[in-house]
Amino acid sequence: MLELRAISAGYGQFTALWDVSLRVGRGEAVAVVGPNGAGKTTLLRVISGLIAPRAGALTFDGAELTGRPAHHIVAHGIAHVPEGRRLFPALTVADNLKMGAFLPAARARFAESLERVYALFPVLAERRAQRAGSMSGGEQQMLAIGRALMSRPKIILLDEPSMGLAPVMVLRLFDLIRRVREEGYTILVVEQNVRQVLKLVDRAYLLEVGRIRTEGRATELSEQDFVRKAYMGV
Amino acid sequence: MIDPIFLVEAAVNGVLLGGVIALLALGLNLIFGVLDIVWIAYADLVMLCMYAIYFLVAVHGWPIWAAGLASLAVGALLGVAVHLLIISPILTSPPINQLLATGGLLFFVQSAATLFWTTDHRSVRLSLPSWEIGGIFIPATRLIPFGISILAVIGLYLFLTRTYIGTAIRAVSQDREAMSLMGASPQRIYVVTSAVGGLMAGLAGALLIFQYAVHPFFGGQFGPLTFMVCVLGGLGNMVGAFVASFIMSEVIAVGGVVMSTEMGYVIAFVIFIVMMFVRPGGILARRQ
Amino acid sequence: MTRGRALAGVLLLVLLLQPLIPLGGYRQYVLHVAIQIFIWSFIGSAWSLMGRFQLVSLGHGAFLGVGAYATVLLWNLYGVTPWLGAVAGMILAGLLAVVVGLPCFRFRVVGHYFGLVTLAVGEVIRLLIVAERDWTAGSLGLTLRSAGGDSLWALQYGSKQVFYYGSLALLLVGLWIWHRVDRSMARAALESIGEDETAAASVGIHVTRFKLGITVLSAALTALGGSLYAQAIAYVNPETLSGIGVSLKIVFAVVLGGMYTLLGPLVGTALTTALAEFLRILFGLKLLGMADTIYGLLLIIFIIFLPDGIYGSARAALDRRATRRAEGASITAKASV
Repeated sequence: MLELRAISAGYGQFTALWDVSLRVGRGEAVAVVGPNGAGKTTLLRVISGLIAPRAGALTFDGAELTGRPAHHIVAHGIAHVPEGRRLFPALTVADNLKMGAFLPAARARFAESLERVYALFPVLAERRAQRAGSMSGGEQQMLAIGRALMSRPKIILLDEPSMGLAPVMVLRLFDLIRRVREEGYTILVVEQNVRQVLKLVDRAYLLEVGRIRTEGRATELSEQDFVRKAYMGV
Repeated sequence: MIDPIFLVEAAVNGVLLGGVIALLALGLNLIFGVLDIVWIAYADLVMLCMYAIYFLVAVHGWPIWAAGLASLAVGALLGVAVHLLIISPILTSPPINQLLATGGLLFFVQSAATLFWTTDHRSVRLSLPSWEIGGIFIPATRLIPFGISILAVIGLYLFLTRTYIGTAIRAVSQDREAMSLMGASPQRIYVVTSAVGGLMAGLAGALLIFQYAVHPFFGGQFGPLTFMVCVLGGLGNMVGAFVASFIMSEVIAVGGVVMSTEMGYVIAFVIFIVMMFVRPGGILARRQ
Repeated sequence: MTRGRALAGVLLLVLLLQPLIPLGGYRQYVLHVAIQIFIWSFIGSAWSLMGRFQLVSLGHGAFLGVGAYATVLLWNLYGVTPWLGAVAGMILAGLLAVVVGLPCFRFRVVGHYFGLVTLAVGEVIRLLIVAERDWTAGSLGLTLRSAGGDSLWALQYGSKQVFYYGSLALLLVGLWIWHRVDRSMARAALESIGEDETAAASVGIHVTRFKLGITVLSAALTALGGSLYAQAIAYVNPETLSGIGVSLKIVFAVVLGGMYTLLGPLVGTALTTALAEFLRILFGLKLLGMADTIYGLLLIIFIIFLPDGIYGSARAALDRRATRRAEGASITAKASV
């Protein structure tokens, strides 16, 4: 469903991704792991259109989306939960969710989506009038994911969802992501917490210094070897 | 000693002036306060709308209500034009460039107005009643803008908090990139905001032309004050700007009677400066 | 840079030997324009001492007005020589800078807010001049009381030659000061303050002291420029020497020329002055406002298409050419090994 072919991208003089190719099939859950600075965040920003790639091609559901602006790509069904959540801090939970459903197609089914999100994340229903900036890290992460769900996406990109969360929250978060996955969403998650994420996904890629080093099924890669490589960068 | 009746009259005039300043500040607060874009030529756009009404009513004989609507349209169009032609290309440049580009616009607009319409003062005569209360005259031409500015504040506040696009405007001011991830084109939201800001300028112009004569340098009178009012009230805070308008205008009006017109402004500006030291977030700043 | 320096030397020589250039009846006019360029470049350079460190003042008209009016009033009312009057002006401007700057910097008033505070200060000075019309003549402006002939004591001269050389000398002094600041330790401190005040403070840099220092220097120099301008033109007016109009004009010229370079303010001022004069001659009084309309339009276009300023962009382009040439040379050097 999502395919990257030989993508190269970077910032100014600096190239962060070299010749990266990966695929995510419909209904799959795929992870991209790797050490700090590997280019994982850049990868997601290229997919969602925040950065234009210098080379290579990006196709989604048959549509050629290379170099298109972010709001365009989102309209095709790609939702990006960015690194650090990037909520609208002065807006309430409810308003943040409203913004998630900005697209006309999403707005038409707003009530339905909202109910779904509140069912998945009851704490958001409780705190719907609270300012997003005043919530805890775990609640903010839930809101960020909920906001992405409001756009009724075909695929959800998650950038380091466990970042900054207490270990207890991390477990709960991955449970929630599992439930989102069970609702039928396709997921591409970038994570530093290799152990947890490999329990969640079907396949994983190892990204190191901007290049894909390995790829494989999660069950096979849960071996010590792979984990060691990911944690210590070989 | 000054006859107390003059002080009361000054206070009343201050309130009425406050209505005018509030109108000007509302539109600017949307552009400058919410979007953080510097339109130093805002008051001059108001001036252009005033000229539009003048020509439509005094020269072409349009009815007032039609000219008023036209002013709103002209304002909105000017707002969109300024954004697309001047602001959009330099959105990512340092803010000083926005200041200078719209400064060039200020210069251009004032000079072009002089070129086309000379420096003659133009006004639109309206025979509206004037009420007397306890020896003080309150003309309808001042009371009506006051009333409308209150409605405008409420309207704008509701627009920003209750409508979808209003919330989107607030969202884009908090995180432009995140907004694009919602599928919203930030450019389009800016254009809509500029149109609404321009519309407010048109509204202000429509209400000002019946109190003041317009001339090419009209903007210079109210420009700096409008910016100060926006900041004093807390950037983006509509209610704050409203309150700040009245505080400043009271000081100007009463100071003007007690000392001199210029000194009234001096005191108001000094108060502004001191407030910036003490409470830079504005008088109604929310503690975050 | 030796080629640049040679060019600058030639230009300086031409300026110094100006009486030898045949200008006929236009000499006084050319001198008048040159004096404008020299003095406003000096003032622009003084402004850029703050501007380049992210201290964007929109109220330098305040210091200008203080300097100009102090000089003229002290002479007109008390017969004080403008040589002392200018010093008084500088001191007053410095005091104003401290009175406004100290609280600003102490309370971390930066960015937009700082700009608006300076705007307010500029307007306050202008309004005060107008309000105190009994002794400042308000909006009508003040003419310098005649000393009855050429006088060094009163710094008044019939011909513009003296002011030509005087303002050129002042400009050179101003450039020298800019250069000294550029090479000083203070420059690094101020740059780090401009980038991140908190970080700078945490490394032990005394933020308030540095900011205040550069502000006082900038204010005093601006006032000095105002004093000389008042003497050269022999007339002062609150509209042309204080308030938002003149403050913006200074900022325009400097940013247009390039805020971060030594000659940027000079280039910007020279170009904007020449442009304004050219348009004025072209349209004269035939179409009132046409000259300024085109001027404003050109300003907009310049800012949009040359965000680094004219001089800054030109320098950057030349630097890129030089780098490419150097790379080419090193490649051929390697190849020949």
